[in-house]
Amino acid sequence: MSDSTGLSRQQMADRIARLFEDGWIVNLGVGMPTLCSNTDIGETDIIYHSENGVIGYGPIAPSGEEDLHLVNAGGQYVTLRPGAAVVHHADSFAMIRAGRIDVTVLGAYEVACNGDFANWKVAGAKGGGIGGAMDLAAGARNVFLILEHTTRNGAPRLVRECAIPATARGVVKKVMTNYGLFEPVGAAFRLLEIAPGIEVEQVRAATGAELVVGPDLRRVA
Amino acid sequence: MALKNKVHPSCLEAIRDIPDGATIGFGGFALPGLPGNLILALAEQGAKDLTLVANTTGGTRNDPGIGMLVARGQVRKAICAFTAATRASQKLPFTEFYEAGKVEAELVPQGTLAERLRAAGAGIPAFYTPTAVGTELAEGRETRTFGGREYLLEAALPLDYAFVRAWRADTFGNLQYRRSQRNFNPVMAMAARITVAEVEEDICPLGAIDPDQVHTAGVFVSRVVRIPPAPQAWWPQRPGSQAA
Repeated sequence: MSDSTGLSRQQMADRIARLFEDGWIVNLGVGMPTLCSNTDIGETDIIYHSENGVIGYGPIAPSGEEDLHLVNAGGQYVTLRPGAAVVHHADSFAMIRAGRIDVTVLGAYEVACNGDFANWKVAGAKGGGIGGAMDLAAGARNVFLILEHTTRNGAPRLVRECAIPATARGVVKKVMTNYGLFEPVGAAFRLLEIAPGIEVEQVRAATGAELVVGPDLRRVA
Repeated sequence: MALKNKVHPSCLEAIRDIPDGATIGFGGFALPGLPGNLILALAEQGAKDLTLVANTTGGTRNDPGIGMLVARGQVRKAICAFTAATRASQKLPFTEFYEAGKVEAELVPQGTLAERLRAAGAGIPAFYTPTAVGTELAEGRETRTFGGREYLLEAALPLDYAFVRAWRADTFGNLQYRRSQRNFNPVMAMAARITVAEVEEDICPLGAIDPDQVHTAGVFVSRVVRIPPAPQAWWPQRPGSQAA
């Protein structure tokens, strides 16, 4: 199964988290993106924003010490860091739409080389789960995605054009997969960094769009 | 002259007048701020043909939420940010009724949902947002370009009733929330003609809540009910503990 090759889920999250800049306000989607908060990013000071209006949350609460009034976007009981603030939902999304969130990290089913992505509805489903993803995708200054490079059946998730309903158009800045770090550049994906033990031709074969590889390609460290 | 006393003896008393066909919003995000006792009372009261507004359609047959009321045949339509679970491998109880055509749904991005409620409570009939532009949700709908960017027109979402849960309240219905319990509750309260609040602490006399600490002004609240401690009432349970 191609899912098991290349980087682990935590390694993917670690690489994305190291793109965060000092002072950034960061919103992490449910699933793999939440692993970014485990990454040791040294002195870089990040403020985590949760869509339910918690700004400045900290680690998951230890078992037995949960505050039953306090959860993050994934419904996990978290703690607050000094300087935290709580606002209501309309204010939380006002911050999102007004561009005050520096980056949102989201999961996705598909991403296209023109920066479109899809993460709220699977093929053939009647319903979907949008949550805050469309607001975050439209409003955050940067949209980074973390996803497995291919489906369980080996079909590419990095494609020329999304086949399932899009969450937003032309917004994705960085894409992290188990094969490496990519940038959608319009007609192609640029491979910026490649996972240890993976070859460029392997990546190209598993990608459903043109792949551009520059002379400065590095290994994911 | 004293301010009106809005205290009701029980959740059922406070929602008894809800007619069939009403539009009702529920606050809450995950368990904090979820008005579970008012939802359970609505199940008991039995109003039908309801339009329900909340963040999610979650809630099983036994947990208070839209799912419970759908399973009881009380719901015509749900307006929410999720009509399916976030993971394709999971299935909400709501989804089976939705797929079978037994309930309608309007799927709304979460921030748009919050702002549509806020607008209803603020006397704003509609607004433009960048959210959902270029997606299936925007198909056939009015958009307009401001400053070179396309925005989608969204209408206010007024409610007949809102159910909210607060930490503290006074007899006039001034509300104070704790931590992430606040979430949708203030905008639900604003959007509704009649807001009913279930309250965790003893209802305070007037003046006991510092006016600077009021999160939802009593002007937006019609009825308040002090809920009994667990297990006489529904309360979120500590993870890993057995539900009462």
